[in-house]
This record gives sequence, C-alpha cells and structure tokens, in this order.
Amino acid sequence: MITIRTYYFPETMEAAYEKLTERRNNAVIGGGGYLKLGSKAIGTAVDLSNLGLDYIKEEEKSFEIGAMTTFAGMMLHEGLNQHFNNLFQRAIEDIVGMQLKNMVTIGATIYSRYGFSDFLTALLVTTTKVKLYKGGWISLNEFLENGPKERDIVEKISIEKTKGFYSFQDLRGSSSDYSILNLALSKEGDHYRIALGARPGRAKLAVKTMAFLEGKELSEEHMEKAGEVLTKEMVFGTNGRGSKEYRRAMGKVLLKKALQEGSIHED
Amino acid sequence: MKIKVTINGKEKELEIAPDDYLSEVLRKEGLLGVKKGCDTESCGLCTIHLEDVAVLSCGTLAAKADGKSITTIEGVREKAEQVRYQLAKRGVDQCGFCAPGTIMSILYLEKVVENPTDEEINRYLKGNFCRCSGYVGQLEAVKSYLEGQKHEVCE
Amino acid sequence: MKYVNDSIKKIDSDALLKGKGVYTDDLAPKDALCIKVVRSPHAFAKITNIDDRLTRKVAGVEMVLTYKDIKRIPFTRAGQCYPELSPYDKFVLDEYVRHVGDDVAIIVAENQKSAEMGAKRLKVTYEVLDPLLDYRKAEGHKTLVHPEEDNFIPVDFVGYDREKNLATEMGFEVGEITQALEDSDVVIKKTYESQAQAQAMMETQRAFSYEDEYGRLVVVSSTQIPFHVRRTLARALDMPMSKIRVIKPRIGGGFGSKQSIHAEFYPALITKMTGKPSKIVYGRKEVFTGTTSRHKMKFDITLGATKEGEILGIEMNALSDTGAYGEHANTTVGAAGKKVLTLYNKVKACSFKGKAVYTNNLPGGALRGFGVTQGTFALESAINELAEALNMDPVKLREMNMIKKGETTPIYNIITKGSGPEPIYMDSCELEACVQKGKALFAWENRKNRIEKDRESQKIKGKARGIGMAIAQQGSGLPNIDMAGATIKLNDDGFFTLLVGATDIGTGSDTILSQIAAEALDVSLDKINIHASDTDVSPFDSGAYASSTTYTSGNAVIEACKNMNSLIIEYGAKVLEENRENISFEKGKIFSKKGKEISLEAFSKKITYSMIHQQLTATGSFVPKKAAPPYMAGFAEVEVDLDTGKVDLLDFVGTVDCGTAINPMLARVQAEGGIVQGIGMALYEEVKVNPKGKLKSNTFMEYKIPTRKDVHTIQVELIEGHDDTGPYGAKSIGEVVINTVPPAIMEAIYQAVGVRIRSLPATPEKVWRAMNTEK
Repeated sequence: MITIRTYYFPETMEAAYEKLTERRNNAVIGGGGYLKLGSKAIGTAVDLSNLGLDYIKEEEKSFEIGAMTTFAGMMLHEGLNQHFNNLFQRAIEDIVGMQLKNMVTIGATIYSRYGFSDFLTALLVTTTKVKLYKGGWISLNEFLENGPKERDIVEKISIEKTKGFYSFQDLRGSSSDYSILNLALSKEGDHYRIALGARPGRAKLAVKTMAFLEGKELSEEHMEKAGEVLTKEMVFGTNGRGSKEYRRAMGKVLLKKALQEGSIHED
Repeated sequence: MKIKVTINGKEKELEIAPDDYLSEVLRKEGLLGVKKGCDTESCGLCTIHLEDVAVLSCGTLAAKADGKSITTIEGVREKAEQVRYQLAKRGVDQCGFCAPGTIMSILYLEKVVENPTDEEINRYLKGNFCRCSGYVGQLEAVKSYLEGQKHEVCE
Repeated sequence: MKYVNDSIKKIDSDALLKGKGVYTDDLAPKDALCIKVVRSPHAFAKITNIDDRLTRKVAGVEMVLTYKDIKRIPFTRAGQCYPELSPYDKFVLDEYVRHVGDDVAIIVAENQKSAEMGAKRLKVTYEVLDPLLDYRKAEGHKTLVHPEEDNFIPVDFVGYDREKNLATEMGFEVGEITQALEDSDVVIKKTYESQAQAQAMMETQRAFSYEDEYGRLVVVSSTQIPFHVRRTLARALDMPMSKIRVIKPRIGGGFGSKQSIHAEFYPALITKMTGKPSKIVYGRKEVFTGTTSRHKMKFDITLGATKEGEILGIEMNALSDTGAYGEHANTTVGAAGKKVLTLYNKVKACSFKGKAVYTNNLPGGALRGFGVTQGTFALESAINELAEALNMDPVKLREMNMIKKGETTPIYNIITKGSGPEPIYMDSCELEACVQKGKALFAWENRKNRIEKDRESQKIKGKARGIGMAIAQQGSGLPNIDMAGATIKLNDDGFFTLLVGATDIGTGSDTILSQIAAEALDVSLDKINIHASDTDVSPFDSGAYASSTTYTSGNAVIEACKNMNSLIIEYGAKVLEENRENISFEKGKIFSKKGKEISLEAFSKKITYSMIHQQLTATGSFVPKKAAPPYMAGFAEVEVDLDTGKVDLLDFVGTVDCGTAINPMLARVQAEGGIVQGIGMALYEEVKVNPKGKLKSNTFMEYKIPTRKDVHTIQVELIEGHDDTGPYGAKSIGEVVINTVPPAIMEAIYQAVGVRIRSLPATPEKVWRAMNTEK
C-alpha cells in the first residue's frame, strides 16, 4: 500500500521540479498505476497532468512527444505507425488491456527504466533523445544505461524521422503475460540497431551484433552468425517465466524473425 | 483534500485522502457497480470512463479526477440497454461480476472505433477478464450489439 | 414442454448487468468493523511470540486476536456432507502455521486502512521449521505437517495416518490386473502430472456478519455451501447451529474455491465476541495464498491392449498433494479413479490406488472437475499413447473400448454408495453420439489429411499443426450422499414462492429451477418467485458442487411441485365442491369436469380470506439413487511454433451429453467457459512456488488465466439425450466441460511436433525443451 501526504498539480515545469526536489520522499506521478503495486511512502505527489504534456507532434524531421502521452496514444498514432512500421503498436499491443494503456505514460516508463518494458525495447532502436527538465537532452540509450545524474523529470522525447525498417518481436505465454523475451530491430540505411529486453534485465542495445550485421547481406549464414554473436554478448537470466538457456536460444530466434521480416520488407 | 467531480452527470464535492484510489471513493459514494477483482490492475472489473476514456478506477488516484467527469455503469443505464439485451440473450451475463467493467469497455470501443473488426473488439476488451463465459459468447454478443446499432443509426 | 429446454435469459440478469449492489460487499453495513488477517510468510513454523503493541497504537484498531484468544476446536473447512470424509485438522487460529499464507492473527479496526496498517505493524516471531514441499517425499517424512494430536477423522476412512503425513489412502479393483497386463500385446507404462490450478473466480472470498434482533448470528457470505458453513461455524465457534443463519446473496463465481469455508470464520467470530457487525473482503493475493487450489496429482498408468486394440487392463496409481490441510483430499483423489476408469468398461481388469499426502504447500481444494480432471488428463493421455503404439486412430480406439448406451461396469457397484449387487446401467449414456458428432463437426479425417498435406509448407513458415481428442465423464450429484430440498408456497394472489437451498453461483440455477417449477406446475414463469440459499428459510441443500444443482435440486423442485399439485387438487375440489377425481389443474386454472373453473388467483384469495383458510405449502426432497453421468468428447487443433515451442489452440470442438438441457443457452455457456478454463490448465496456468514454499504466482500478473486473445474458435454442441432419473431428463454439465481439454491438446501437440508433454501446463519452454531433447 502506498501513502501520500499531499497531492500537488503544478502549473509549470519549474514549479514541478521545485516541489519534487523540496523533499527526498516527494515523487512525480505519471499514470499512478504502477505506483500502487509498491509500498512507497510519498510526501508530496507531483502530478504533471496540467502541464499540457499529453501530445504527439509530427514535425518535418522528428516526432516530439510529451511525457504524459499515454501508451494508447503511442499505439494508435497514425503518423508514428506509418513511419515506424507499427513498431510502437506492436510493442504496446499486448500490454494488459486498453484501460491500462490509457493510463500508463511514456515519461514514467522511461524514467523508471523497467526491465519488463516492451516499449523501451522498441524505443531504443530509434534515434531518440530524452529531455530532462534539469539535465537537458540526453540520448535514450545513455539514459537507460546510466539513469539521471540527479533527481529529475522527463519533459518530452524527440524521435528522429529516419527512413528505415522497424520490427518488434516478442515471446510470451498467454497474451497478457509479460514477455519472456522481446527484441526490437531497426535498419536505417546499412546501419542496424538491435535491442533485447525482458532478458529479464532491461532493454539493451546489442552493439556487437549490430556491428557484425553492418553492411552485410542477409544470408542464412549471416543471420545464423548474428544470432551467435547476440547470444554471446547479451546477458540472460532465469525467472518464473523462463530459464536462461531458453532465453538465450530465443534471442537467436527473435533476431532471425526480425531480420527475415526486414529482408521481405526490402524486397 | 477536497475534489470537485462530475459523476454520471451530477456535480459533487468529495472529501478524499491524497492516496485514495478512485474505485474505493466511488464505491463509498454508493456506486456499487464499480467492482474490485484484483490488486494489480489486471482484471478490468473496475473499469469506468474518466473524461470519456476507459480507465481502471483501482489504479487511478482519486485526486487525478479533480475537475473531471466520471461515468460509471450506473450512469449508462439507458445507453447500455441494448448491450445488456445482447449479453443476456447469449447467456454470458453469468455471475455478472465482470459485466459492469466489460460494458464500460464495450461502450468505449463503440465510441472510438467505427466498424471494429473481431481483432479490434478483442483489443478493447482484452483488459476485461471473464472466468465464467469463455469469451466467445461475449464476442458474439458485442458483434450483434454493434450490428444492431448500425441499423438503428440508419433508421 | 413450455419452460424446460427454453433458452430464456437469467432472471437476475438485469440487476447484474446494471451493476446493482447485490453482492456481499455491497450489502455489508457501512459501520461494519473491518478485518485483516495476518498471514504466515513461512511454509512451516511455530509462532513463538506475537507483539501487538504497535498494532494497537494504530488509530482505529479495536482488537487483535491470536490463537491464545480462541477456544481450540479442530474442524474441517471442507464443504461436504456430514460426517465429512475429511480430517478435522484445522483450527480457527493455531500455534503452528503450515503453509505460506496460513492465518496467524486477526486484526479488527474501524476501517480497512487501519486494519491493514495494524496488520503491517504486528510483530510476529516464528521458530521457522523445515518445510515439506515435495509431495513425492511426504509419506513418512521426518517433517510432520500435523504434529498436534487432537486432529481426528469423523468417519473411519481407510488410510488416514497423521503421523505419516497421509491424509488418505484408498483404492478399488476389478478382475485380475496382473493377468490382464500379461495377456496384452502392447503395454504403455507412463507417468503424468497435472499442476495446481487456481480457481480464479472474479469475486474474491468475502463475508460479513451481524447480530439480528433475536441476538442470533447472521453471516452473509460469498459461498457455494451455506448449510455446510452454518454447521462448521457452529462447531468452530462452539455455538449452537440454531443460533446461526447463513445467507448467500449474488456471488461472482466460485468454481470450487467457495466449496470450503474460508472468510466466514473471522467476521462470525468477531461479531460473536463483540455483538457488532464486521466484515472481511479478501484481496486477490490473499485468495491465491490463503485459500486453496486444485490438487496437484501424479499418476503412474499402465495400460495393456491386444494388437487389435482391445484394452485388457488399466492400472492407475495416483499421488495427490493435499497441502497443509486434508479438506478434500479423500474425495478428490477418489474421484480421479472412480469417474475415469468407468469410461472403459470392456476391460478384463482395472485397478486404482490413490494416496493423498500432507505437505506445507497451499491446501488442495475443490476446482471444477474435482480430481476427475486430473485423472482424465492422465488416462486419456495414456490412451492416446496407446493409439499411437497400436498405429490406430485414437477415435477408433475410443469407439472400440468406451462405454456405450445401456452398458455398465462393476465399478459403479463399488463406487456408488448404497448400491447393491444389481448392475447399474448407463441408460442415458450418449458418449457414442458425442464422439460421432464431434468427429463430424471437427471434420476429423479431412483435418488430419489437410494437416499432413500442408506439413511442409507449414514447416517453411516455422509452424506445425496437429490434432488430438479425448473423452470424459463426470457425475450428477452424489448418490445417497448429497440431498436437496425444495418447498413451494402458494401466495394469496395465485403466485408461488419457491424456496430452495440450491446455490446459484452465477451459473443461473435460480433461473433453471424456476423454469422447472413453472413446467411442473404448468403456470407461467412470472408466477414463480425463487428465494434461495438462506439457511433460516431454505430447505436443506448440500450446495453448488458435484454438478448437483440441476439434477438433485431440480428433482427436489419437481417433487415439491408434484405435492403442491396434489394440494391444489385437494383444495380445489373443496372450493369447487367436487370430488377430487373430477378436478384438474392446468395452465394456472382449476377445472372441474362439470364445467366449473376458478383461476389460481381467485382460488388462493378464497382459501386465504373467505373459506377453508389453508396455507398451501409443499416440500420435496431428493437424493440421487444412481449415477447419471454427463459425457463429453473434445477435439483440438493446435499450431506449434517450431522455433519457440509456443502452442496456439486454433480450434476446439466439444460435444456434451448433458441429458435434457433445461436452458440450452446457459448450458452452452457452461461448456464454453469450462473449455477455456481447460485451455488455461493445458497451456498457461500454474501455481508456482519458490524453494521456500512461497507462492510466486500470487497475482494475475504472474498467474495467467486465458484472455480473449488466447481464445480462437470454440464450437459447442449439446447432445441432448434423456435420463429417466433426471428432472425432465436432465443430467448435469457444470464440471465435465473442462476434462477433455488438456489431454486433447497434449495429443495435438504430439501430432504436431512429435513430443509428449506429460506434465501440465505445456509452456513454450517446456515444449521447446522437449523438441530439442527428443530429437
């Protein structure tokens, strides 16, 4: 159970940040849903709902997306789906249900860097930077690796509109379960980006695999070898949903499925 | 703290604690159609509309509803008549515990998706568990309902 | 028939679909004290100290109760008829905790938040003991789950040995099994294991209680068994049954979870002690860890057949994990043999041995199918393996060996209480029709050919498909054990009140019993007001389990209506001044041969206000005298991903012989719902425990029941036969519907990818491992 002593709707980002940093046990509320599952004792809950951060702006070279944009918003946005081959739609589709998708915000998901997150795996294979209120712009990859330098608030993200191909693959038991493993892939020109998440650790870029595939044609041999590189470079673990060995084997499988999709796309 | 909400068309001022979740607050207000089935926002029984968007009231902090409109199953008594008719006709009302939440999701689907496919219907209803009916009958009932609504509009 | 075999909508439908406050928590008094139970974090421990000082400091906390505050009386929580075939091994609170989630202390407060805060602040010190978690090692293990000596069994059933952790041991046999197996050309010897499955009904356990104007304890509970609740509360709380009233309002499902007494103890105790209303609402985690799940069972099966396919002998040895308490241990493991071996009545010999052992796991409890599901999975899987070994079509193998209409097996004489030596014929068995119809609907042969033809092209896509089938039966009530009563009362405006103890748990029994009464009295349905499940008012009914409501309670209703008909004729004769032989009662009117008539309304007014002054009330009772099993055939097509092992059920056809369907629509939904629960059991659901005995699967995030996306095509066909002993020919349908699903799916997986999954569920990793080792 969580406890909150005061609830606060700031009217500006500055006011939000000020309140957040006032006390150690003050916290920013996104959707507020995931919070409930823990047992935090919060002093002041800072709710960003009045800051107009629920938006998706399609510009010429990028998408600018506010931190309070919901998963449902991301999943159903036509412009995003068109540009990114339904990458976000596929990543978000199997999450629980529409109601929860209407509540979960991308800002909260990014800031918390959840291991099980399908969305973060997908986002990681795009060229995305995150605007932190205090810390400024930072690449998503860097943010996921290191977290914020100090307590901060995600204000918005910017996804570059690069021409390419995008794929999301996941493996789960029943359709509302967390992923046993998920994989996202993008190919922008000759350049690959591959992220593996729910390992059960959080999404990470498979840099060696990406380097291996760079410029290579997608033959059976190369796909097989890429799988092996992936298996060696990523760390897999065991939890209730699957064992280390299974995840390791499935990493190869998901990569192959994504690469095959890519080669069909190019044809 | 005090919040001002419009519940099923009626303006109300409610006294809540900052860590109250909407489901409990609504039930305390006598809206007993808001059910609770789990502790992890997984089952959908507590589905309501917040500003016409379907959300889980058990995962929505009541404070978030300040200044907003809430619709519960009690507020759609007339609107949901044909939905009820189709569900009852197919016998998928069963224990009824999933029904209010499921009906709220059906109405939301109807509002935001025109001519939904089976896949889209399941997408919007996926967050509503039902242990009794096996789902297939509910899908049939929803389709019959949407079909019937089309004809009504034509008339 | 006017009302029977009619698919009318449920009579409580409007209230439920409108979201009216008609469930337990909706009815609880606003000022009820709130209860939170502190539960054990250890699988096995002795409580050495409970420090409640911080708890009592929490504003709003009124009471803290531990085992020291409650009179020590052993009882069973099992909802079964008295004397129960269950050990009395539970106390309201005890010094020992025997599973993670076992109750430790009761916190009572003004509101829920305070109760939960108080529970959090309770400091309990335990002497942690070595838990016994592996049921294979339980018998004779040095860890004794029940070291206390004041457990006992109320009925002398064989095999209870507390000091060996044995909750029950039993068996039966027909013929000479060793000989039969020796005479066989082909012998299949395999072990199967089915998992603990959670009932996962949508409404958790909850109950409230208050003291009425006569100082009696009234308990309103989400239960399947009001009468057993009353009896057990009386024992556990050491008070006369006459001082307790139990009422069941609308409830949100049960599936067996509410066939044990759980939540009721706490508010009943608090109200008894304080005189104040109190309530408890279980959280979902609490349901997973603090109630029960399906008994995990392991079966060693040996099957012998001739090479022509005649099954000569079946040997089934079962081991069941009853967990910390022996509630339904005996009856479930028994059912695993008793209602499974009866499918194959042409064998020369069969034998069943069943053992249930105590462990420090979550207690086993009732769940749709009640042992028959586990046994069916095992035997039907073995039969499918036999078909493969014989190179025989599995449908043909069934058709050769399964029980058919009018046939019998001596097993029925062994398992049916009160049966003599006379054979018990399955006169209404439509299993053959189920298999034939199912095979046709499923297009068994064509589908098989299509799958073979497409095998290569599917392989290129990385997929493989396969089909499988299974048969099953269940029971309809419990012969000579579980009775039902019904009373029908004529009111002074020509309408009836139907009083039944039968428990509508969402299935619609209130509706179908009303349909039966309307049919039996030949009046319109709106003339029947049903009032059910109130121990003060209702005639006795064992409750909603053993698929007994339609068959047992339905027959009691018919009996009551028959008696009412006689009364109406008797008094109609007096009112119309006629001889009884000249009176008939039809379509709500009383007629005399001489042309006189009077409406029921006028009649009832007359005999109440003007003349004779008689209250007409009639009661009927019924207990099944013979077994009237429902039967089912299930056919499944799966698609398996060759790389990941993920199994997708594409298509399922279920044909069910339920006798007459009183309400075909409601019967169909039972089948659809049961099939999906079977899919969950086959592919997704598993109660998972960590090495210390703590439940990993204690939320819906971890315990995965099927969602809408997991269900593709399900076709149900009711094969409506007729059982002469059933109400208007009805048997039952509530439980049989889950049994064929797991074995049919496992066989389909084998046909798809050549691996045998013999332990449920068939998760992607399990299938993948099997595919990558059995190469």
